[in-house]
Amino acid sequence: MSGPLHQFEVKPLINTPMTIGGYDFYFTNSSLFMVLAVLVSVLFVRFGMRSKSLIPGRMQSMVELTHDMVANLMKENIGDEGKKYFPFIFTLFIFVLFGNLLGMVPYGFTFTSHIIVTFALAFFIFVTVTIIAFVKHGTHFFRFFLPEGIPFYIIPIFVPIEIISYFTRPISLSVRLFANMLAGHTLIKVMAIFTISMGALGILPLLFNTLMIGFEIFVAVLQAYIFTLLSCLYLNDAVHMH
Amino acid sequence: MDLAAAKMIGAGLAMIGVAGAGIGLGMLFSSFVNGVSRNPSAAPHVRVMTMVGFAVIEAMGLFALIIALVLLFVM
Repeated sequence: MSGPLHQFEVKPLINTPMTIGGYDFYFTNSSLFMVLAVLVSVLFVRFGMRSKSLIPGRMQSMVELTHDMVANLMKENIGDEGKKYFPFIFTLFIFVLFGNLLGMVPYGFTFTSHIIVTFALAFFIFVTVTIIAFVKHGTHFFRFFLPEGIPFYIIPIFVPIEIISYFTRPISLSVRLFANMLAGHTLIKVMAIFTISMGALGILPLLFNTLMIGFEIFVAVLQAYIFTLLSCLYLNDAVHMH
Repeated sequence: MDLAAAKMIGAGLAMIGVAGAGIGLGMLFSSFVNGVSRNPSAAPHVRVMTMVGFAVIEAMGLFALIIALVLLFVM
């Protein structure tokens, strides 16, 4: 019987690598599920919006609800200046959401349960937000680490803390998503192993697992929401300096 | 004490951190129930904020879990 961490194994699906610039690139199950997440999200939006009726049907209202949820989130947290970043944040939300949800499909692979995937996403957000802040405010951006009106004697403590907290943003953003996905899926697999090894009493972990699957779907949506919300807050810091 | 035993003990000790997340979640949901029972009409708005707080606090417990998993399986 394979262990609870066996599900996170990345293995190549095509054994002949593409060699680009001396590096070997394999098409793995992780890349397959990333492609699937993109395909499913494109199909979801295109298929939902194909009728474009004034009174939405079931699929269309699902797409519209998702759109309005992200649009409201951006309006509340960034304001009107945030409108031009809507495609970026919406793409991010949909990609993370479908990545999390595809992992809940049996035999599926959760690519967001790998720290390198979430770290790449979070680092990209961090770099983008920093560039936006520099373009908008220039060198005035450095005032971010030294807000006006703080007493001079706490400056030596305050400024390093602000700088450290700014640079740990991509780490905390990526580890939060990765740890939630890893812990949830590991717990489900541990309970599944109990079901097999406990014999007739295995019905108890099976019942628990049924509840856990529902909870994990809730966590998948919630973590995609949190990831988007925190990206919005970082973008807000970049657009309006505090 | 050999290395394997030390790893197991370390992983067990790392899980003490989850107690903090437990206390945090208890405080979060107790104040959620308090707030909603005082003003039930505010429930939808407060629930959204509670869920955001839940995810942020839960992540703290999971950081401890990741340390334990790294001790057990990676190093």
